[in-house]
Formats: sequence, C-alpha cells, structure tokens
Amino acid sequence: MLKIKEYVKAESLAQAYELNQKQANRIIGGMLWMKMGNVKIHTAIDLSGLGLDTVEEREDEFVIGCMVTLRQLEVDDRLATLGSGILRESVKNIVGVQFRNLATVGGSLAGRFGFSDVLTALLALDTEVELYRGGRIPLAKFAAEGAGSDILVRVFVKKDDRRCVYLSHRNTKTDFPVLTIAVSSGKNGIKVAAGARPQRAILVTEDESLKEICAPDIYNGRAGKEAIEIYAAQLASKIPTGSNMRASAAYRSHLAGVLIRRGLTALNESGKEERGMKDAD
Amino acid sequence: MQISITLNGRKITEDVTPKLLLIDWLRAHGCYSVKRGCETSNCGLCTVFMEDKPVLSCSVLAVRADGKRIETLEGLKEEAEEFGAFIAGQGAEQCGFCNPGMIMNAIALFRENPEPTEEEIKEYLAGNLCRCSGYEGQLRGIQEFLSYKKGGGAQ
Repeated sequence: MLKIKEYVKAESLAQAYELNQKQANRIIGGMLWMKMGNVKIHTAIDLSGLGLDTVEEREDEFVIGCMVTLRQLEVDDRLATLGSGILRESVKNIVGVQFRNLATVGGSLAGRFGFSDVLTALLALDTEVELYRGGRIPLAKFAAEGAGSDILVRVFVKKDDRRCVYLSHRNTKTDFPVLTIAVSSGKNGIKVAAGARPQRAILVTEDESLKEICAPDIYNGRAGKEAIEIYAAQLASKIPTGSNMRASAAYRSHLAGVLIRRGLTALNESGKEERGMKDAD
Repeated sequence: MQISITLNGRKITEDVTPKLLLIDWLRAHGCYSVKRGCETSNCGLCTVFMEDKPVLSCSVLAVRADGKRIETLEGLKEEAEEFGAFIAGQGAEQCGFCNPGMIMNAIALFRENPEPTEEEIKEYLAGNLCRCSGYEGQLRGIQEFLSYKKGGGAQ
C-alpha cells in the first residue's frame, strides 16, 4: 500500500527540485504505478500546478510537458500525424480511458518501466527530454541512465520525414504488453525500438551492409518480401529478451521477428502509396 | 490539509490526510455508487468525472481534487437512468456491481462522441471490466440507446 505523510503541490521547479533531493520524497506524476507498490513516501511532490500539462507545437518540434496525460497524446489533433500517428497507437491499449486521463508522459518516462509503451514509441522518434538541472539530453541516454534526483520537465519530439508503425503483443486486451515494437523509417535509415523484453525499451539499428540497400528500399516502397524477411531477422537478433510470468525469452524473440516483419511490411506499403501519389502528381 | 471539492454541484470544504484517496472521500460523502473492484487501477468501477473527464477515483489523492469539480453517478441521475434502462432492458448484467462505473464511462463516451462505431465503443469501454458477462448485452444496450437517441429520443 502507498503511504504518504506529506503532500506538496510545488509552486516552482526549484522548490520541487529541492524537495526531491531527499530520498524519502518522491515526485508522484500520475501516481498510477506508484500506487501499486508498497511504498512509503515522506513528501509527495505534485508538479500539476506548474503549467506543464500542455503540448506546444513549434516550427520543427513538439514540446510536451511532463504532466501531459497519455489521453492528451491520444486525442491531440496536432500529434495525430507525427510519426504516422504512432503516439495514439502506442497508448490506446493501456488499461482504459479513465486510466489514461491520469497517467502522465513524464511519469511513464521517468519510471523507465520495462513495460512502457510510451517509452518504446518515443524512442522510435527523434526525442529529447529536458531535465531541470541536466538540460536537454537524448531520450535513449535518459532511458539508460535515468533522472536520479533531477526532474524530467519536458519532452521534445522533432518533426521529420520518418514514418512509423507501432505494434505490441498482449496476452489479453488492456494488459501489460508481452513485447512492444516501434519501427521507424526515414532518410536516416531504419530504427527499431523494442520494449517489454521484459526489460526497458532499447533502440536497435541495422548493420551498415543492409543500410545502403534495404532502408531506402523500404522507405520508397521498393523492398521485396524476401528482403524484408532478412532485414527483420537481422534486427530481431539484436534484441536481447528475457523470461517472466508473461512469456519466455524464446517466445519474445520469435515475436520480435514477427512484429518487426509486420512493421517493415507496413512501412514498405506506405512507401509504395506515397510513391504512387507522387507519380500521379 | 484543507481542500475544497465541488461534489455533484455542492461545494464541500474540509480537512483530509494527504494519503486519502478520492474514492474513500467520495464514499464517506455518501457516494456509494463509487466502488473498489480491483485495487490495481484496472477495473473501472470507481470511475467519476473530474472536470468532466472520466478518471479512476481509486488512483487519485483527494488533495489532488482540491478546487475541482467531481461528479459521480449520484449527480447524473436522469442521464444515468435513461441510459441504464437500455442496459437493464437487455438483461445485460447479472450481479450489477460493475454497472455504475460502466454507465459513467459510457456517458463520457456519448458526450465526447455522440455517434460512436462499434469499434469506438469497445475501445472507449475497454477499461470497464465485467466478470459476469461477455459484454455482448451491454454492447446491444448501448447500440439500442444510440439509435433511440438518434431518433430524437422516441421509441
């Protein structure tokens, strides 16, 4: 059971940061996962009064406040086209609307949860996070290192040409994922983020040998079925998996190959469509 | 600490402990439609509206609802009865324990999307668990209610 002695609605990030230096104090985010554990907190630090619950669109990037809810990611029209709508796809299977109205982007990332759909999806985009003291760092670096006693304030997602596909496997709807896969294809090649391995999401990229041929082919919708198979197998082999009560490592590795193949096939199809549209112009 | 919550249109100001959950505060104020079904933020039985958005009251600290409007099924009587009749008409539920949470979230869906497709209904209500049924009766009841509303509310 979650035990909280004091509650402070922070009036500034400086105040929140200072409180967060004590180990017995915690930033509570949306408090959803935190509530599941047997946690004793001295001071619960609430960031909801700092105006960090908005999505801002700039010319070249989106700025997402740490207190933006997963539901906001899902329904914000401006985010609907970012990475082929990957953010909506990644959160829609998380429990239910009522849960997603509470769970926050900052909480999902700062917790660096193995099961995080949000972390998987954002890794496949060009994402940075802003720490109160540490400044802007790439999300992949943050995922590996964590915030320590710093505060994750905002998330920055670059607008670029990449197209994405998000896929997850769940034993039952709304459950934790057995594996999450986000595949992106852009001018800089293919990226695959894999989470719920069951460890936290990581990013893998293709070997140089395939990068030259396959990545542009998929982006332009010219890759054949066989090439996609080879490519998917190579990417899947780079994803370390483990076993837990949901699935074995072998099953997860098999799923990784299947989901990546489906993702690449879908990207190849959308490349074909785009080419078709250009030819028609 | 002192909080002020507007519960079903009535402003209540009182002292609460920091760890008190909104669900327990609501039940202490007579809102017995709000129930705890799972303890894992998963079942949707404790659904209430906070500033018009459906949320799990089992996962919100009462202090976080300070200054906010909260509505429970008790405050939506007419709307709930009108829709609930269609669920009952299908004999959709057996024990009925999950009913208030499902009605709350269905009302949230209708307000957000007055003409949802079957897929949209299923997606929106995925976080409302029912352990007696297979959701088919509820789905029929919802669709019947929607066509009744589309026809201007006449049967």
